[in-house]
Amino acid sequence: MDYIFIVISAILVNNIVLAQFLGICPFLGVSHKVSTAVGMTGAVLFVMVIATMITYLLHQYVLVPYNLLFMRTIMFILVIASLVQMVEIILKKVSPPLYEALGVFLPLITTNCAVLGVAMLAVGMEDASLLKAVIFAIAHAIGFGLALVLFSGLREHLNLMSVPKGMKGVPIALVTAGLLSMAFMGFAGMV
Amino acid sequence: MNQLQNFTKGFLKENPVFVLLLGMCPVLGVTSSAINGLGMGLATTFVLVMSNTVVSLVKKQIPSKVRIPSFIVIIASFVTIVEMVMEGFLPELYNQLGLFIPLIVVNCLILGRAEAFASKNNFISSVIDGLGMGLGFTFALTLLGTVREMLGSGTIFNVSFVPENAQTFLLFVMPPGAFIALGFLIAFINRLKHKRA
Repeated sequence: MDYIFIVISAILVNNIVLAQFLGICPFLGVSHKVSTAVGMTGAVLFVMVIATMITYLLHQYVLVPYNLLFMRTIMFILVIASLVQMVEIILKKVSPPLYEALGVFLPLITTNCAVLGVAMLAVGMEDASLLKAVIFAIAHAIGFGLALVLFSGLREHLNLMSVPKGMKGVPIALVTAGLLSMAFMGFAGMV
Repeated sequence: MNQLQNFTKGFLKENPVFVLLLGMCPVLGVTSSAINGLGMGLATTFVLVMSNTVVSLVKKQIPSKVRIPSFIVIIASFVTIVEMVMEGFLPELYNQLGLFIPLIVVNCLILGRAEAFASKNNFISSVIDGLGMGLGFTFALTLLGTVREMLGSGTIFNVSFVPENAQTFLLFVMPPGAFIALGFLIAFINRLKHKRA
């Protein structure tokens, strides 16, 4: 039951992009086409889950026992940056088709604050466990993907609309995101 | 480019938020009030100036292959300093900003300036660039925070200007309001720029 709450809360109620404002850069940057949005979602899902797993273990078995919590920010960002690099190298060797599909998005993920944000939120959870942290990461990545894919669909339609001159481009995209976020507010109180 | 232009470009012409669209997460996440925006902006400015300073001083020693990880470590160290200082001296603001303080590390504005400016320019220009960009960022955050606070809770820097029990647009202090207010602010700034050009 606990896990179902985590999943619903992360995807719908506290959506990572629309309610917590993490990962806004890719949300605005790679949302011009649905196909790129799907690719980005795949890459984020992949990296977010592995990153949360490793940072969780690091936090639990290195930082806490040795009283090094003040090193958390530095450690986590280093782990994520090197992880992204490693994933890129491994994918290139092991699964070239997957690398083709995700390749261009991988370097962008290092500066995606959603990955670091989720890793930090996961270690801060109440009675956390590794399984819980992994489910937490998967749910947040799906929430990220849902927001990104919905938004890119809206933006594809926006291209066909006649928008007032001053609002063209980023301003109308932001207002659209605001409306999407308002729609997600309807889920508040579900959990 | 002289140093004055180098300093002022961050405010309007190359404003990191309104024009370059860098570092958007804290821009939307913490600006539910003007004071939060100001605090976040100043914290980011400090990190930006310090990282620009250090990067411009050590740029010759860093091999270009490992420069991005090195920049990240430099930035992360200063963020940790800010985190500890804020926790110690401004615990209230620290709790309000929460997760967004450690997330200054991944603010693309800071890494972007280190990579695009400080690693190519001398010490003095880098400090001035960091200061100008940082204050431009602070300006944008405070402006957005003020607008949202005025519309959403009827106060400016916690000073109320509406009668008690007045109806305010609560929407603007909630997440959707951040997107909408920023959208209209950018449209407004675009218009100002077109008029001047």
